[in-house]
Amino acid sequence: MQNNHIIFINKLIKRFPMGNSEFTALRGINLTFGKGEFAGFVGPSGSGKTTLLNIIGSLDSPSEGEVRVMDQSIGNLSHKQAARLRNKYLGFIFQTYNLLPVYTVYENVEFPLLLLNKSPGERKKAVLDALEWVGLTDKIKSRPGQLSGGQCQRVAIARAMVKRPQIVLADEPTANLDAENSHHILQTMEKLNQELQTTFLFATHDSKVIGYLRRKISLVDGQVAKDEKNKSSKSRGGKK
Amino acid sequence: MIVLKLAFRNLIGAGLRTWLNVVVLSMSFVVIIWQQGLLDGWNQQARRDTIEWEIGGGQYWHKNYDPYDPFTIEDSHGLIPAQLLQSTKKGQAAPVLVAQASIYPQGRIQNVLLKGIYPDQKVIQIPTDRLKNKSVDLDVVPAVIGTRMAKSTHLHVGDYVTVRWRDTNGTFDATEIQIVQIMKTNVGTVDFNQLWLPFDQLQKMMQTPDQATLVIMAQGHENIQVNGWIFRDHDFLLRDIKELIKSKTVGGMVLYFLLLFLAWIAIFDTQVLSIFRRRKEIGTLIALGMTRSRVVTLFTLEGSMHSILAALMAAVYGIPLLRMQAMRGFSMPEMTDNMGLAIADKIFPVYGAGLVLGTTIIVMISVTIVSLIPARKIATMKPTDAIKGKIS
Repeated sequence: MQNNHIIFINKLIKRFPMGNSEFTALRGINLTFGKGEFAGFVGPSGSGKTTLLNIIGSLDSPSEGEVRVMDQSIGNLSHKQAARLRNKYLGFIFQTYNLLPVYTVYENVEFPLLLLNKSPGERKKAVLDALEWVGLTDKIKSRPGQLSGGQCQRVAIARAMVKRPQIVLADEPTANLDAENSHHILQTMEKLNQELQTTFLFATHDSKVIGYLRRKISLVDGQVAKDEKNKSSKSRGGKK
Repeated sequence: MIVLKLAFRNLIGAGLRTWLNVVVLSMSFVVIIWQQGLLDGWNQQARRDTIEWEIGGGQYWHKNYDPYDPFTIEDSHGLIPAQLLQSTKKGQAAPVLVAQASIYPQGRIQNVLLKGIYPDQKVIQIPTDRLKNKSVDLDVVPAVIGTRMAKSTHLHVGDYVTVRWRDTNGTFDATEIQIVQIMKTNVGTVDFNQLWLPFDQLQKMMQTPDQATLVIMAQGHENIQVNGWIFRDHDFLLRDIKELIKSKTVGGMVLYFLLLFLAWIAIFDTQVLSIFRRRKEIGTLIALGMTRSRVVTLFTLEGSMHSILAALMAAVYGIPLLRMQAMRGFSMPEMTDNMGLAIADKIFPVYGAGLVLGTTIIVMISVTIVSLIPARKIATMKPTDAIKGKIS
């Protein structure tokens, strides 16, 4: 890993075809992230936050430049290798929770462990631990349809954290939640970041989320306008 | 294994949508097996009855004999060869003399075939023993006819009817025939327009002593070369049944594929809808670390598992239903009796392991293919769009 950075982004450019022309979403991004960071990309809609998060999450690939995650070059990964990277090292939290509707809370959280071929005993312990972190042990048998938005997002956090990934990528995780639930969720994530040293990367324009970030990267028109420590962070620690 | 588990979980989790498809598919299973079983049962019954009532273990035909060419009948008889005569004496063969004649029931004229057979024969099931103990005097000749013949001629047991024929020397003669038995047989080809007479009396009528047109051999007979006579085996003698069953099977296949098509449409539709509605889920699965090919496999398995559930459901209600049908039989409409083929009043379907397994495998493979076609679209989806529920 380059200088102990688990994420290394160098001269990243991302273009999307738009009819006969191209739209450049990211223009020469240079960033690095270390273990245990609690950072976020902030900026208005169309600034490239989600695109950047998707590339880091190996769901998309760079048009130019280099992105290395856990020492693997995203641009050179095959579908299979990208899937393995996500499976092993990455957790995702989405704005709309993206829980699997026919599964129970337990089964949703268990899912990433099934893909990792963990034994039933290991799975059970890890799922119960994850549900305890988010305070949902009493909802094990519920299905997503029976839960509130806040509870769904907590299940999504448990699902992202159950395999104890190195990096969690959260795209607008509080956009569908009220203020109280948003704070609850953010506190949970912050706690997990501190306890498990998991790197959290957010894409957000929600001031509540921004308030918790220890590192704030402002994106404007696909470029890093500002990369700063968040002095007003409610977060109590962690390391950069 | 995990994909299999997940597919099963998704399928059960889909609830009513799954069960509707499963019900449609299970009905296809049961009807296909029932229909094919009915045809197999009919085939077996027709072959068995034809062997027992008409062809025995094969027949030796006089070299000129062609049952489909009435002009050959006059010349198609000859002395029964020694080997066949020996078999006849041992009860292992039944010579038959065939002659053309006319009868005059109710004042009408009707062309018939006279078939002379030994009253003591046990090679075929024609109740020839009723021809015994009658005088060989030509004044009154006993005859056995079938129910179809009796119906068309309005003849009853004890009735007399005038028969007129031309013997081998070209002389016309006539006598009275008395109906001594009306037999009920599934085999129309020993019934329609035929009168079964004592062998000796017909020989006398035709002036053809010791001669026969054909010799029916007992079952288990081994083919031997007989000069001037041609051995016709089961393959030859049952070819009409085979052809008819084949044509019925082709007709049955239309229903077979129609039923399967309905089930395919239901599953295809479910798959297309599923992939459309579950785009976000597909994106999530990819984000969680599933490869696209694994997601395609998952969705294909979900589709193909309909057939497993359908097979189980079909077993639950289909086995008792089909078993009851196999025991009670399927009543055939009366008109099918006149088709000229051995059709019993009731057909008992036969469900062989090959039929059940074959149908299950065909349904499973076809459903898997039908499930795979829409699922392949997943491979071209962009996960970033799928996560948001967008179509890419």
